[in-house]
Amino acid sequence: MGIFFSFFMVILLVLIAYFGIAAAGLHTLFGIIIPYAAFVTFCIGFLLKVIKWGRAPVPFHIPTTCGQQMTLPWINYSKLDNPSSTSGVIGRMILEVFCFRSLFRNLKTGLNNGNISYASDKWLWLAGLAFHYSFAVVLIRHLRFFLEPVPALINTIDSLDGFLQVGVPHFLLSGGVLLIAALYLFFRRTSNPQVRYISLPADYFPLFLIAGIALSGIIMRYISKVDIIKVKQLTVSLAELKGNAPEGIGTIFFIHLFLICTLLVYFPFSKLMHMGGIFLSPTRNLPNDSRIKRHINPWNPEVKVHTYEAYENDFREKMKGAGIPVEKE
Amino acid sequence: MYNGSKIIIGLIIFLAIATFPFYSNIGKSAGVPMPDTNTPVINGLDKKECVASAEYMKKEHMKVLDEWRDEVVREGKRDVINVGGRVFEKSLQNGCMQCHSNKSRFCDECHSYAGVKPYCWDCHHFKEGRI
Repeated sequence: MGIFFSFFMVILLVLIAYFGIAAAGLHTLFGIIIPYAAFVTFCIGFLLKVIKWGRAPVPFHIPTTCGQQMTLPWINYSKLDNPSSTSGVIGRMILEVFCFRSLFRNLKTGLNNGNISYASDKWLWLAGLAFHYSFAVVLIRHLRFFLEPVPALINTIDSLDGFLQVGVPHFLLSGGVLLIAALYLFFRRTSNPQVRYISLPADYFPLFLIAGIALSGIIMRYISKVDIIKVKQLTVSLAELKGNAPEGIGTIFFIHLFLICTLLVYFPFSKLMHMGGIFLSPTRNLPNDSRIKRHINPWNPEVKVHTYEAYENDFREKMKGAGIPVEKE
Repeated sequence: MYNGSKIIIGLIIFLAIATFPFYSNIGKSAGVPMPDTNTPVINGLDKKECVASAEYMKKEHMKVLDEWRDEVVREGKRDVINVGGRVFEKSLQNGCMQCHSNKSRFCDECHSYAGVKPYCWDCHHFKEGRI
């Protein structure tokens, strides 16, 4: 039932924004107060979450066996999948962050003539890449609403994004790809029984929310247009910490904005924190050098030891007397 | 905190990126664009009327131009538009810009503010004040 719960939560959010603007006219609340509150919650929540993770000790390096470990110099080892040095770890992290290396290893398990078999399954990796990169482009493009004058780079990205020159205003690929990728990720969750079984509202909700953001943005750009100049007046005033909400922007804009604010508030408390968490993943950020360096568990209590040498020193005469051989006479 | 210095550097980078719009605008003036209709032709009109209301044109002018382009160039429908006795040609340069002859103060004013680069001017050549 997670699907319906998440879906109706997003619908509810849309309705809240719709009635808040169309019926109650709360432009200042939805245009200024909520965005500021959401942004502050996002930043502070993000910091606190990462600091909380940082306080957890990492007792031992966790080698993940994705390649040959460094052993003898004449055995080739996997420098990026099983790194033993900091530079190797940085390489692995770059591959992980920019190319989703782990997802590339995704396997599909199935029964083949009664035997379990595994096959490569790259769709999750591909959709994940499309989703994240298009989201990044969308995010960068939106800087045109916050920066005045608009930097040339942002204009260039915008024209590259719309290079197909389909329709007016020209269709931006990133927005469409974002929506389609989010829908694919939803389709994957529901069509695969095993994945569906382990899916929770926390998995569906961000997908619906982001799909809702993309959809409301697309509607605002191509179908039910808003007064873009007033929108930018609002966003620039937000960036300048002045905050005045001009009236006469279409309601769809406030729906879009409210969904984004929800995403920002939700972010630090949800699985979306993998944005920060990826850098603190012990299986990604630790070199596999557990046979090269000695790691001492940071929470080990001090152990009082009594070595054999000391023991013999204490009891040497008695041992000799009893005929027990000693190492030192 | 374990590996505190690295984590704090990471968090500072995060904050620097997240708050980028807040500090990048400091010291830059953000004037609100005011499209200018102060041209000799418009000033000479008794009744200042366009092919549609200002409210509609603000949102849909690009669509109007796109439809005109398709009708004229692809379908050969060169019929004119009559608004209250005034005749408009379905054309950017021979229609719109007969009145709005101030591209930089009328078109570019909002386009550059909103970061919009229409490709009209890839083909249409316009020199300020020549029409």
